[in-house]
Amino acid sequence: MVDRTAPTAALGEVQLTLFQRMRAIFLRYEPLRGFALLSPTLGIMLVALALPVGLLGAYSFWTQNYLDIDHTLTLANYLKFFKGIGIEFQMPGIEFSPFAITWPIGIYLPIYPSLLLKSMKISGMVTLATVLLAYPMAYFIAFRVTQHKMIWLILITIPFWTSYLLRVFSWKIILGYNGVINSGLMSLGLISEPISWILYNPTAVVVTLAHAWAAFAILPIYVSLEKIDRSLLEAATDLGDGPMMRFLRVTLPLSMPGVIAASLLVFIPTVGDYVTPKLVGGTTGIMIGNIIQSQFGKANNWPMGAALSIISMLVITALICAVLWFTNRARKRVA
Amino acid sequence: MSSGAGYGTYALSKRRIDGLFVYAVIYLAFVYVPVLFLPLFSFNDSIYIAFPLKGFTFEWYGKMVDSPGLITALTNSLQVASIVAVLATIFGTLAAKAVTRYRIPGRGPIVGFIMIPLVIPGIIMGIALLILSKMAGLSLSLYTIGLGHMLVCVPFSMLVMISRLEGFEKAMEEASMDLGENAWVTFWRITFPLSVPGLIASLLLSFTISFDEFILAFFLAGTDVTLPVYIWSQLRFPSKLPSVLALGACILMASFVLVSFAEWFRRRGT
Repeated sequence: MVDRTAPTAALGEVQLTLFQRMRAIFLRYEPLRGFALLSPTLGIMLVALALPVGLLGAYSFWTQNYLDIDHTLTLANYLKFFKGIGIEFQMPGIEFSPFAITWPIGIYLPIYPSLLLKSMKISGMVTLATVLLAYPMAYFIAFRVTQHKMIWLILITIPFWTSYLLRVFSWKIILGYNGVINSGLMSLGLISEPISWILYNPTAVVVTLAHAWAAFAILPIYVSLEKIDRSLLEAATDLGDGPMMRFLRVTLPLSMPGVIAASLLVFIPTVGDYVTPKLVGGTTGIMIGNIIQSQFGKANNWPMGAALSIISMLVITALICAVLWFTNRARKRVA
Repeated sequence: MSSGAGYGTYALSKRRIDGLFVYAVIYLAFVYVPVLFLPLFSFNDSIYIAFPLKGFTFEWYGKMVDSPGLITALTNSLQVASIVAVLATIFGTLAAKAVTRYRIPGRGPIVGFIMIPLVIPGIIMGIALLILSKMAGLSLSLYTIGLGHMLVCVPFSMLVMISRLEGFEKAMEEASMDLGENAWVTFWRITFPLSVPGLIASLLLSFTISFDEFILAFFLAGTDVTLPVYIWSQLRFPSKLPSVLALGACILMASFVLVSFAEWFRRRGT
């Protein structure tokens, strides 16, 4: 007969403590160790991101009474946003400004939606200008510069290490009533009195933002251009494409991920920008960020401000998803 | 022949002065000229920022050094930026290590979640955190500003560290473990030295972002303000402007030195 008691006794001797057993489980399962490493970061993002955005959402359904907050859930803030949207008839006419095209029948937008739309228009133009201006520069560094690429990249980035506020402010110095352009032209005797229309309008906002965000467009485009396999360009040349066709059929499509990344990097922060419209936008250049800020400042209607933020965030997200979806579809069709 | 010539011109085209080169120079001017007006007018002996230039003076630099509010704001900014840089780099590195080293279920959504602050306009994060601190009963201080900056810096740090840790490191670590070192020694002798360039990049990036950040700080500042919030409060007073320009010139100079140093360090490392 085999003695069955001996092995049990032996097992008993190596019985693990609870701590050792947990340690063994911990070491055996990789995801567990991974999550343990992730947990501090995830924790801080939950506390500083998910929780506040959740509270922001909750606030948007509340109401501001004179001094305190009414916690009854209501859609009133959202209805206030959409209230008054309708169809309007007006005299057709086109002014020489991309912001003032009027159609015979239009959708009448009350203050909040029209501000959001205007902000997106301004940011859209900023994005377009920034990316179009940055592309040749990124192309130059990626394809022409052979030895000192880093020097060029650093040269481009140094101005963006100055304070963002001062970068924006420098445009106020340039465009202002007594600014660089006006005082310069006057001391040269070219004009007799300052030109007032160059500051405090949407165009000034677009120019300023296009300058302030230039580096954010150059770097992603440069990276995607740098990644392009040079032998593809040789192949295109060998197969008879001229420089133009080679650019259109090889370089440009392959650099599109960088262009899209650059567009998003510029578009998202500029829609909500508060500084630039405040400094150089004047009354016609105000954007949604200024209205949101005023709800937390002078207007003191936090729930309305929260609702405006949530709506802006949703609209921006929807727009970005639409853009990404379309570019994905276009890419699939090409492939 | 055509193909050979085509390739030849492609190779040759790298060294010539043409439209593209001229464009690059003009673009550099577009990027630099507005910023260079700050130092230019900071030496101008007039309270009005306008041409023609009056005379050379250091007066505004003297006034800048003499204003106690500015010095306090600068110290606050340096403190917040240093602490945020270190903490964000630690959190970013831990998270980057977790997603590059371990197989984690739901990796995509988790990374996506951490990256969300990069795709939300700053103003929305600012007011969301303002609401949080109000409801949690926290008074606004440098700590709330630091929390806001962490939110933006952690994703950047994580991106930098992921690109550094991806690829080569796992095999080296495994080799070290196979050769009998324990996890602690492996970390200090393999993982840490290999990630130093990434760590420095992350520290510099986080420091700069936090030092320059305005919108979050604007909403989350109590009585102690950071430098950008201080500058913002000064922009309203025309008489304070020349000193602000002097400050801008100093920041520009300091960034130039810092970037050159970082680049020198990077080259020495490779």
